[in-house]
Amino acid sequence: MPMPNNMARGGRAPARLDANSKKIFSRLMRYLFVDHKGKFIFACVLIVVSAFASVGGSMFLGIFVDQFISPLIGQTDPDWSGFIGALCAMGGIYLAGVVCNYTYFRIMVVVAQGTMKRLRNEMFSHMQTLPLKFFDTHTHGTLMSRYTNDTDVLRQMLSQTIPQLINSTVTIVGTFCMMVFYSATLTLVAMIFVVGMFLFTQKLAKRSGGYFLQQQRALASVNGYIEEMMSGQRVVKVFNHEEKAKAAFRTLNEDLRVNATKANVLTNVIGPISNNIGYIQYIIVAFVAAFLVMEGGWYALSIYGFTQGLSGALTLGAIVSFLNFVRSFNMPIQQITQQFNAIVQAFAGAERIFEMLDAVPEDEGGDVTLVRVTKTGENWYEEREDGELWAWKVPDGSPAGHHFVLLKGDIRFYGVTFGYEEGKTVLHDISLYAKPGQKIAFVGSTGAGKTTITNLINRFYDIQSCTITYDGINIRDVRKSDLRHSLGTVLQDTHLFTGTVMENIRYVRMSATDEECIEAARLAGADSFIRHLPDGYNTMLTSDGANLSQGQRQLLSIARAMVSDCPVIILDEATSSIDTRTEALIEKGMDKLMEGRTVFVIAHRLSTVRNSHAIMVLEHGRIIERGNHDQLMAQKGRYYQLYTGKFELE
Amino acid sequence: MITRLMKSVRQYKSRAILTPVVMVVEAAMEILIPFVMTLLVGVIEGAQEEGRNLVQEDFVRIAIFGGIMFVLGLVSLASGVLGGKLASEASAGFAANLRQDAYDKIQTFSFANIDRFSTSSLITRLTTDITSVQMSFQMSIRMLVRAPVMFIFASVMSFIIEPQIAWIFLVAAAILFVFVLLIMNAAQPSFRQMFKKYDRLNAVAQENLTGIRVVKSYVLEGPEIEKYQKATQEVYNYSVRAEKLLATMSPVVQVIMYATMIILLSVGGVSIVGGGLRIADLTGLLSYATQILSGVMMVAMVLTFIAMSRPAMERISEILSEESTIKDPADPVFEVRDGAIEFDHVSFAYRKGGEGEDVIKDVTLKIASGETIGIIGQTGSAKTTLVSLIPRLYDATEGSVKVGGRDVKEYDLTALRDAVAMVLQKNVLFSGSVAENLRWGKEDATQEELEFACKQACADEFIEQLPGKYEYDLGQGGVNVSGGQKQRLCIARALLKSPKVLILDDSTSAVDTKTDSRIRAALREHAPDVTKLIIAQRINSVQDADRILVLDEGRVSGFGTHEELLKSNEIYRSIYESQTRGGDDHADAE
Repeated sequence: MPMPNNMARGGRAPARLDANSKKIFSRLMRYLFVDHKGKFIFACVLIVVSAFASVGGSMFLGIFVDQFISPLIGQTDPDWSGFIGALCAMGGIYLAGVVCNYTYFRIMVVVAQGTMKRLRNEMFSHMQTLPLKFFDTHTHGTLMSRYTNDTDVLRQMLSQTIPQLINSTVTIVGTFCMMVFYSATLTLVAMIFVVGMFLFTQKLAKRSGGYFLQQQRALASVNGYIEEMMSGQRVVKVFNHEEKAKAAFRTLNEDLRVNATKANVLTNVIGPISNNIGYIQYIIVAFVAAFLVMEGGWYALSIYGFTQGLSGALTLGAIVSFLNFVRSFNMPIQQITQQFNAIVQAFAGAERIFEMLDAVPEDEGGDVTLVRVTKTGENWYEEREDGELWAWKVPDGSPAGHHFVLLKGDIRFYGVTFGYEEGKTVLHDISLYAKPGQKIAFVGSTGAGKTTITNLINRFYDIQSCTITYDGINIRDVRKSDLRHSLGTVLQDTHLFTGTVMENIRYVRMSATDEECIEAARLAGADSFIRHLPDGYNTMLTSDGANLSQGQRQLLSIARAMVSDCPVIILDEATSSIDTRTEALIEKGMDKLMEGRTVFVIAHRLSTVRNSHAIMVLEHGRIIERGNHDQLMAQKGRYYQLYTGKFELE
Repeated sequence: MITRLMKSVRQYKSRAILTPVVMVVEAAMEILIPFVMTLLVGVIEGAQEEGRNLVQEDFVRIAIFGGIMFVLGLVSLASGVLGGKLASEASAGFAANLRQDAYDKIQTFSFANIDRFSTSSLITRLTTDITSVQMSFQMSIRMLVRAPVMFIFASVMSFIIEPQIAWIFLVAAAILFVFVLLIMNAAQPSFRQMFKKYDRLNAVAQENLTGIRVVKSYVLEGPEIEKYQKATQEVYNYSVRAEKLLATMSPVVQVIMYATMIILLSVGGVSIVGGGLRIADLTGLLSYATQILSGVMMVAMVLTFIAMSRPAMERISEILSEESTIKDPADPVFEVRDGAIEFDHVSFAYRKGGEGEDVIKDVTLKIASGETIGIIGQTGSAKTTLVSLIPRLYDATEGSVKVGGRDVKEYDLTALRDAVAMVLQKNVLFSGSVAENLRWGKEDATQEELEFACKQACADEFIEQLPGKYEYDLGQGGVNVSGGQKQRLCIARALLKSPKVLILDDSTSAVDTKTDSRIRAALREHAPDVTKLIIAQRINSVQDADRILVLDEGRVSGFGTHEELLKSNEIYRSIYESQTRGGDDHADAE
């Protein structure tokens, strides 16, 4: 899977996370709780129990020698019952720990994966509701990385970091209690080290977190470069540009190496460092302990009365046990610091995911819906499946609550002015009408606003003022999904989905039969090349139909539109990559497609639009000429110039 | 395969070798320090046994042991930090080398090689696969020596203390090793399937990102969401299955570990009471048991990790061992005399051997230097394939292709491709400014040369309109200019090479007729000696060529002037008619 070129992500300082992290954290917790509240809490309880069991186990281990072995030494007929009982108790504690451990692990698998599933589904479903503007302002790479990298680090945090943190915390608390129980003074000594070590490793971890983000950024730019160059590899070859391509890659690759090394070094050394600080702590604690109980040690210095109280409780056996706890105390702290990277990355990922989930969805549009009806005399009957006609169901104040308007495909623009961004008007005062069955063509240079007009009809973008009507209904009042259901759109940039050829044709109307699809392909002139594919209609298409030529892909798109059976068809440069001879061959099919339908055609090639009922010549967002081919030719205006090659289109 | 990959270690070889050595030192310290610890504790316990308090002597001994421990700790710290540093330098360096090697190798690939791999798979190999190999490499050099050494040290120490108990450890270790491997083995297929499902999941997301307009146009959000949910459900199923299998790992490890301890305590306890073992020995054995078992587990984990990244290694080594299908000849010719082209009974199939159908069938033709040749034919008539043979993007399966009177296979590839400029149908521009992109054609081109080339390609007018003009940033893949503008830039880029042969493969399809003819006129005027091959869909674009080649399903159907072909060639005539027919022919025109 290609990694996205996501430059934005590296620039974010980890410091920013602190401000938001609380919010992100609580939101993440909500996700955990939606489906798995009970399970999650149960798992937490199990984690706590298992951690206690492991603390209890090592505690037992600490006192075992003192309590159950030492007393037996030297006895001629030792009483083993206590010894055996203690072993059984230990086995019991361990067993409980193991059972809890196993159970929580299994539960967490379900909780973490279930949460990821929910999050992914929500991301995807939400993405489908977003307006096109969102996709215009985010590159595919950035969005894709939210589905891949960002969810991945999040999954790791849920399934590994959270249990680890709970476990470590419990172990720390448990061990701490035991240590205080044995000696408060020694605990104090140990704590100084613990706090110091914690601060130190955390600082290191924070730095490595920063390096990790930088590594991520470097990786993103290397991957972005790879993606671009691999896609343009043929051009590289044709221009003998191999050496330059290598050199440019070397620079990026080196940058990645440097950052990856830094990030990794810090992660690798945190372990040994905290481990060895642990040893030093051990030595110091042993020293202090020995000093406290040594004859002539602390006693010699005990000028204050309370010192007696401090060291009084300390037995040699207690020191041995205490030292054991010191050893087991360092492990969980080390584990916590090692999770720091994971948390930094997961929060950064979660922030981006939530940003996408918070993007404002496209509104549904109005409440006029498209329904199937039958008409008997003056009466309309709404049908579920098999009504013969399509009609708009318009809510009104009448007793019935609504009336029906027959779907015909009559589209009108009333002085429409529009811009994608405020202050940048793309269309100026466009008025036009398309009666049912008419073919309307738009001609003009790139950026003249041809595609924008069609974008407004299917409400990919909404006009701020003015009106467009569809069968006399303001399209603002029509529910967007129903509006689009009535429009068959064929775009210049075709998109095929992973699946067979047949599935791709049927894509727009799942109920279409194989015969209908094949007939559509035949009319679209795609049948012959499809039959030459290895498996005919069952050939799998992958990566957007990479094994087909652009012309063939366009033929498939046209076949799709034929299957869709919509009253209004929009052809946006739909035949631009089809050679003219093939275009002529499929003309019959195209005529069939357009028959009885309102058709909007955008084409570069004037031969494609010549037989339209009306041709609109657009320039800088204004209609400067309109009429049919003959009228426009007779006008000897811009169209005439274009047609005779006296004027060029940009 | 592994030796193949290891070649990329290069300058990091010493680090890669030193890392395990340093890790062994660290492992030794890991063994020695607990040993010293038991000695230290032994002092306290000794006093305890004798029922006395610590005395000055004990304190001195504790200080000595503490001092030794401190020194060992420093050694351990130094080796741990050094090992960590070396390991990350070696692995990041190795990955960088490997990435560079694979990338460099791809640069030598011919078109046929690229076809074989597909762009997206090349990207995966260079990105995720390399990361995965990097991870297992780092794990290997850090752990693969350290863990067994740790195991051996700990075992030896245990045997020194008490051979009978040490045997218990070894048996436990063997059981653990077998179990871990079994579980990992069982989980592996599930993990592989899970990764496959992940790919599918991402493919759906990717397709929806690129095809969002189609999805929205046909109101297919619902079915797409369903499709995606099905994919997430599958990922869920397989990951839960795989991870649940893994979940059995930690209890198994714990059970074996705890069982060993309890056995140790009971056997050891009995032995102590019986006067065999000392208490300090028992403490020592306890920590060695942990180390032995964790060493075993480490090895098993690393082995599994390596096994998991094996497919990635295979995919990368496939790139590294792929031989370019097109190579420079032993004694290459560096000078291309002129732009004369000759095809002598040329046939070509994309797939060699009996499998592939011939795409080009027995083409023989001669083109004089400086001629302008139009090439026309239906979609799928092999126009592009035919011209691809001239700069040796592919090698003819049969027959020979000659440029400047010599077989293309005799030339140095760079020299040949410098002499033959081809503007591909799938035009690609790269991130960077207009000027940077143009200089692909000629690295040291002056501003005047750039402007002149753009003028010929009719690109100068729109470049002047761009903010920053020649310094305007084109964006990734040239997204910031329109299709027609892109095509003209590509033509200018090719012209800067001052080639002897110029091939335009449908390079003006998005350019309007007028500009198209102006470009052709400019070429005629400024590059009269250059042989020009123009593939086009529009008759207009080829009509005024010296001769026109009509291709039909890989065969030459006609080769002659416009007038000749109109008379003699049916295909040409039908193309001509389809493009010149008036609007009146249409019954439905009003």
